[in-house]
Amino acid sequence: MRSPELIRHAWTIARKDLLVEFRSRTAILSAVVFVVLVLVVFNFGRDPTAVATIDLAPSILWVTFTFAAVLALNRAFQIELENQALDGLLLAPIGPSSIYLGKLLANLIFVATVELIGVPLLALFFNVRVLPYLAPLTAIIALATVGFVAVGTLFSAMTVRTRFAELLLPVLLLPFMIPPLSWATLATGRLLAGRPLSEIAGWLNMLAVYDVVFVTLAVLLFPATVNE
Amino acid sequence: MRMLRVGRWITAAALLLLAGVYVRALAFTPVEQSQGLAQKIFYLHVPAAIWAETAIVLTGLAGIFFLFLKDLRLDRFAASSAEVGTIFAAIVLTTGPIWGKPIWGTWWTWDARLTFTLFLFLLYLGYLLLRGAVVDPATRARYSAVLGICGMCLVPFIHFSVYMFPTLHPMPIVLQPGRPKLPASMLTTWLLALGVFTLLYVGFVVQRYALSYLQEQLEAVGEAGRGRGDG
Repeated sequence: MRSPELIRHAWTIARKDLLVEFRSRTAILSAVVFVVLVLVVFNFGRDPTAVATIDLAPSILWVTFTFAAVLALNRAFQIELENQALDGLLLAPIGPSSIYLGKLLANLIFVATVELIGVPLLALFFNVRVLPYLAPLTAIIALATVGFVAVGTLFSAMTVRTRFAELLLPVLLLPFMIPPLSWATLATGRLLAGRPLSEIAGWLNMLAVYDVVFVTLAVLLFPATVNE
Repeated sequence: MRMLRVGRWITAAALLLLAGVYVRALAFTPVEQSQGLAQKIFYLHVPAAIWAETAIVLTGLAGIFFLFLKDLRLDRFAASSAEVGTIFAAIVLTTGPIWGKPIWGTWWTWDARLTFTLFLFLLYLGYLLLRGAVVDPATRARYSAVLGICGMCLVPFIHFSVYMFPTLHPMPIVLQPGRPKLPASMLTTWLLALGVFTLLYVGFVVQRYALSYLQEQLEAVGEAGRGRGDG
């Protein structure tokens, strides 16, 4: 398939998903409320006289994003279960790669929206200075998110049709999320501590390699998860 | 079934040889100077670790071939290899702390290699859980192949990420550039142990493969029986 077609079809699918989401807004609102709650809960998980917020902020940020992403990822193929919508999608004259890329795109926009709300809240609740580091922080978040959402989208296509879908997805996904997550946490920590950018370049490279490998792998493997 | 018997014989021979290797390790191999007797676990720990890691690669490779050839035998092999890999990872995770307590003074630390083995173990558990959650054999085979391939590709990443952290774990002394840094008698014992673990892996996988074949036959018979009952 020619690549403009692929992108166009992917965008159509993503737009459909986002429109469904935008009309009801239940999932995104729940995810945002969830993020706020997790951030608030973290406040009780530390002794403010013993641990400085700046030491804890990177972990709080990434644990929150991990949980939010896992919750969000279940949704992508869940909405296709009703009325066998996935079969209809598969019968449409578009390649499975477009379906995967469309789902990935919709998931990315969904998770990015949640993160867009999460970062200012973190700055507010934990008194973390993010404004001076906004550009590199955005790069870390973007690179890490692409990696684990790519794997998560692939896995959710499988788990959604198994028993215990909501539980199985995190169990399968977390081992895959931890490498990008640990690099992102370390990089965020260095960044917020005001270390020079050259110190985090290595982590960013690793994140980029992870993204390239797993997005490619997911595009190649996705047909095997939907073709009967 | 012949295959099951063959698997049993291989395993029995391997277990016997393992006992032999330990007689050699305890009685005829020098005691390491700084670690003392605790070092003897090295002959169990390292071969198990090598096979735990190799097993996931073999599972992933079987997954790739399955997706092209659609041969259920490959899926059966992948499942067997993953199950045996889980056991070997568990062996590594139990022998490690037994060695760590006297040498490091702690059962567990978040050391790079310990974390890596724990990841591997969790990856295997996820794989086995996924297999348990899918009922249809063809779908189960496809899904496990996808997860197996992803797991295989994750291994180098975990490797990289753990080696970026400082480590307490002893550095490789056998698989390293240049000559192995240990006395010839220890090396011989270790190589024998590696051979025995290879045999154990083969024996376990052959048995597991034969068992899952029998299980499939049984399921097929059960389904045929149910079909007749309905009709």
